[in-house]
Amino acid sequence: MNNKMHSDRRKFILRMARGAGIAALGGFVWSAYVDEVTASQLMLRPPGAIKEEDFLKTCIKCGLCVEACPYDTLLLAKPGDHKPLGTPYFIPRDIPCYMCPDIPCVPVCPTGALNEASVTTNGKLDINIAEMGLAVIDRETCIAFWGIQCDACYRACPILGQAISVEYNKNERTGKHAYLTPVVHADACTGCGLCEKACVTEKASIFVLPKEVAMGKAGNYYIKGWDKNDEKRLEDATEIKTQTEISKDKAVDSLNDAGGLY
Amino acid sequence: MSLSRREFLKSSAAASAAAAIGMSVPAELEAAAATAEGDWRWDKAACRFCGTGCGIMMATKNGKIVAVKGDPAAPVNRGLNCIKGYFNAKIMYGADRLTQPLLRVDANGNFDKQGKFAPVSWSRAFDEMEVHIKKALKHAGPESVGVFASGQYTVMEGYAAQKMMKGGFRSNAFDPNARHCMASAVVGFYQTFGVDEPSGCYDDIELTDTIVSWGSNMAEMHPILWSRVTDRKLSDPDRVKVISIQTYTHRTSDIADIEIIFSPNTDLALWNYIAREIVYRDAAEGIIDWDFVKKHTIFTAGPVNIGYGMRKSDEKSIKEGKYTPLEMEIISKEMKTTVSNKEGPALEPFGYKAGDTMTHTGGTLGHWEISFEDYKKSLEPYTLDYTAAIVKGDPDENIEVFREKLQALANLYIEKNRKVVSFWTMGMNQHTRGTWVNTLSYNVHFMLNKQAVPGSGAFSLTGQPSACGTAREVGTFTHRLPADMMVANPAHRKIAENKWMVPEGTINPVGVQHIMKIHRDIEDGLIKFAWVNVCNPYQDTASASHWIKAAREMDNFIVTSDGYPGISAKVSDLILPSAMIYEKWGAYGNAERRTQHWRQQVLPVGDAMSDTWQWVELSKRFTVKELWGEWAPSGPRKEALPSVIEKAKAMGYNENTTMFEILFANDIAKSYKLDQNDPIQKGYDNSEGYGDSRKVVGSDGKVFEGYGFFIQKYLFEEYAAFTRGHGHDLAPFDMYHKVRGLKWPVVDGKETQWRFNAKYDPYAAKATKESGNSHAFYGTIAKALKSGDLKGMDKNTEQKSLANKAKIFARPYMDPPEMPDTNYDTWLCTGRVLEHWHSGTMTMRVPELYRAVPEALCYMHPKDAEAKELKQGALCWVESRRGKVKARVETRGRNRPPRGLVFVPWFDEKVFINKVCLDATCPMSGQTDYKKCAVKIYKA
Repeated sequence: MNNKMHSDRRKFILRMARGAGIAALGGFVWSAYVDEVTASQLMLRPPGAIKEEDFLKTCIKCGLCVEACPYDTLLLAKPGDHKPLGTPYFIPRDIPCYMCPDIPCVPVCPTGALNEASVTTNGKLDINIAEMGLAVIDRETCIAFWGIQCDACYRACPILGQAISVEYNKNERTGKHAYLTPVVHADACTGCGLCEKACVTEKASIFVLPKEVAMGKAGNYYIKGWDKNDEKRLEDATEIKTQTEISKDKAVDSLNDAGGLY
Repeated sequence: MSLSRREFLKSSAAASAAAAIGMSVPAELEAAAATAEGDWRWDKAACRFCGTGCGIMMATKNGKIVAVKGDPAAPVNRGLNCIKGYFNAKIMYGADRLTQPLLRVDANGNFDKQGKFAPVSWSRAFDEMEVHIKKALKHAGPESVGVFASGQYTVMEGYAAQKMMKGGFRSNAFDPNARHCMASAVVGFYQTFGVDEPSGCYDDIELTDTIVSWGSNMAEMHPILWSRVTDRKLSDPDRVKVISIQTYTHRTSDIADIEIIFSPNTDLALWNYIAREIVYRDAAEGIIDWDFVKKHTIFTAGPVNIGYGMRKSDEKSIKEGKYTPLEMEIISKEMKTTVSNKEGPALEPFGYKAGDTMTHTGGTLGHWEISFEDYKKSLEPYTLDYTAAIVKGDPDENIEVFREKLQALANLYIEKNRKVVSFWTMGMNQHTRGTWVNTLSYNVHFMLNKQAVPGSGAFSLTGQPSACGTAREVGTFTHRLPADMMVANPAHRKIAENKWMVPEGTINPVGVQHIMKIHRDIEDGLIKFAWVNVCNPYQDTASASHWIKAAREMDNFIVTSDGYPGISAKVSDLILPSAMIYEKWGAYGNAERRTQHWRQQVLPVGDAMSDTWQWVELSKRFTVKELWGEWAPSGPRKEALPSVIEKAKAMGYNENTTMFEILFANDIAKSYKLDQNDPIQKGYDNSEGYGDSRKVVGSDGKVFEGYGFFIQKYLFEEYAAFTRGHGHDLAPFDMYHKVRGLKWPVVDGKETQWRFNAKYDPYAAKATKESGNSHAFYGTIAKALKSGDLKGMDKNTEQKSLANKAKIFARPYMDPPEMPDTNYDTWLCTGRVLEHWHSGTMTMRVPELYRAVPEALCYMHPKDAEAKELKQGALCWVESRRGKVKARVETRGRNRPPRGLVFVPWFDEKVFINKVCLDATCPMSGQTDYKKCAVKIYKA
């Protein structure tokens, strides 16, 4: 009974959001849409979502992924959400992605906005390689950094030990306890948000951001000499071309421009 | 796991080593307990949750608790907490807090067992209790009045309840939830040391080189202690070894150098294997400290055919067919089993071999002295081949690798100059041979002289905040009296009767109605009145459906005192709203014998009153004439309980003197004055002493104006007098309000770190004055024994005194009564998670903890899930011969069982796993084995 009511309510919300998506394409809320595109940089998309820019072009706001989600994790942006209307997203603090091994939300996508290949390993769906986002930690408010024995995020992590591990340090103040503090590993974190959901501080001290927002990037022209795995980055290395203010002119031109040197 | 181990070592290399021992508390933190800062008040208290016993400070503002902080001056935690402790300020203010008495009534407001709960006055509540207690007494005497007591009682509450039950009602149907928690540890202590509670203290962690966790997930269950273990490991990562011995992988294995996954119940074999290595290699390697062993220990054995603590075939409910044929498949093993191939070799020295029929005679504590040669013979079967074959718990682990681990484990224990602490909690206690496995741990430590010395010892951790302080020390057990005295001992009864100022002969000498027996006696119709105090027995007891059915469908009256509406409240007839921890004066005692006190911080919510008050008010309803006459034999008591009314009159009481006047408001009690000039009391509420501004209408229909004396101090001091002078010594009440707890025995104002060790324990020093021995195991229980061999006692031998000696027990591996078979093919292990406390009545009401872990999951191996066509996150049925529950499948994360075992925590009332568990117990301790039964798992 409860389940039925629940599912009816979901369908209603879905219809509303889909309608809004179509209306948005009509143009009369165009300016709002542009703002929302900016906002969308902070949105967490379902597993397998292609690059945000392409995603917005490819997603037809059909809501099939939302319907397929068994946990009601996925939402469709409604008017007033200040998000690109009709597109799917999730708020991990409310309902995180539970990382279903069969990833029901992805194969149903009719347009490839959710790309099955990007969550497939050796021909099998593999949720562990999804890149929905990356968990980041506010070390000021995370109580594990105060010495509290928490690590609720670590225990909530479906790939504990890989996506989140615990770092051990002596607590010099007490002289006999250790800090057990969480560390997120970007190579393994899928951005499911189970850690954000579990965090016991008032506002979560570990939270998921889209990977592009959360991460910096070191260039692939320097490889860690001490890390064999780092060689992998060379695969993407390309021809190096540089230009700075000082080198922007052709050599012959700058040679011929004495510029008051003599 | 490997990554976090690597991370661990990396960070440890960078860490500097600060000496933990002797590090002093900064002067500014040694300030008085209460300091005013702004418009809030800080005052010290103890954490509400586990047996670690962290010190905290509570901030009160406008009569409400608004914040908590770890107490930087508390030696246990030095200002830190775990996430349960972090939320102490939130536990009392749940939206559905019980604020008034509730009674099941019909349309006319009369009590009706089938009625709905409706609010009633306190006086009506006590009227109903009085009527139903009197009805029960008429039905079957004192044995018909039961109380589910608690290891979460304050010391004073437990003492008040015990006094009224044993001194007033003359009933021993009084037993705590602590029975489920550490009864096996207690009987282990009694049998080995002759006295309860650990010899060591938490300082062992900083002093040891080796921490072995036996079936205990310390990382989640004792997080503050675990952070001390982790710190010890960090300070010398190469020297310090951590070994995690478990039935499934969990967080405690994270920093382990060796993880041993064993098959449920085979910890018995593993301990005996280590002992065998010690004994059989001794001749060549000189391992045993013979000087210590000869001076301080003897070898002992007892019967092995002792059953499994289940119901026996002649019990009423069995005969009436209240158990299904499926349930009887297991229960029938209480009387008779066939020795299996697995246990056969281990039982051979005891006169049984595989295929033999073993007729069980029920639990007995009896034992006798044996020779070292006999002890050696009992260890013979535990070769590496046999042990590894039966112990290996992960079918996918390579046997050779496993054998190497066992060898390495034994070698670490044996290594000269290596200090070793063995920790355990529920894994070894919740065990159908729990007492045995506890005693086996001491065997190993004794032979190596690694017990009761700084940095070494087998150390039983406790689960509940006052399992030691109240349940064990006050003695809120069916068989106990304060300070390790027993109701069965006439001299002990006399001491208690004297202190309580009740006539000689008042205390009932038969104390066998332990907590499972209370449930079973309700089901058998013997107990007609039961009162639940500070616990949740209808959620926390195995075979739960039976007890709920008995409570709801039989002619009886169940009362629950609680802060929140848990399962026990729901199945009750009357609910009483209880003051919660910081709403009353109290004291707890932790696992290292540390007693800690706090003051009433705030007034209780609504009309809630403390359990002490509830007991004292109830005592007003009963007189000498009603309770102290003769009681005919009843239930387990085969002889009449004599009338003591004439003796009472000789003491100056009359037939109508109430228990209130005798037990609680006597002249001595009244000498403990309420005094707002007393620095301990100044500025603090005392709802029992003064009444309070809520003007609660009490049990007589009038506003409760207080008892007019300092009842909490009276109860504590009267109790503490029992402890002083024979090794349990507690300090005066006032001293506890000036310090951050003290480890008893407190002699001349000094606490004791290592008991039985003449260097540290004044009682041991006294006992060894002449001998010059290093230790004295001065406990007095069962300290004179006859002799025999592994097969039995020789009745004709003389009883020999073993003063100051401890015992090394020959005890074999045996199977538990229920093991996986073709129909029920999976082991079920139950337990806890860090985020929730026991049945979740408090922590499931803290929004942050609820959000972190909203439901109990069924943790299983991914290959098992695949084989059973179960999807990660989907619902499955967990079904045993007794019942089934639905839970979500979890194949990832914090708990990783091997194939063939599932783990389900019990905190979640919606995943009522105790309907599935088996109420088999250690027959010697009565503690239920929640760690193993057989289930089948299938798609829901």
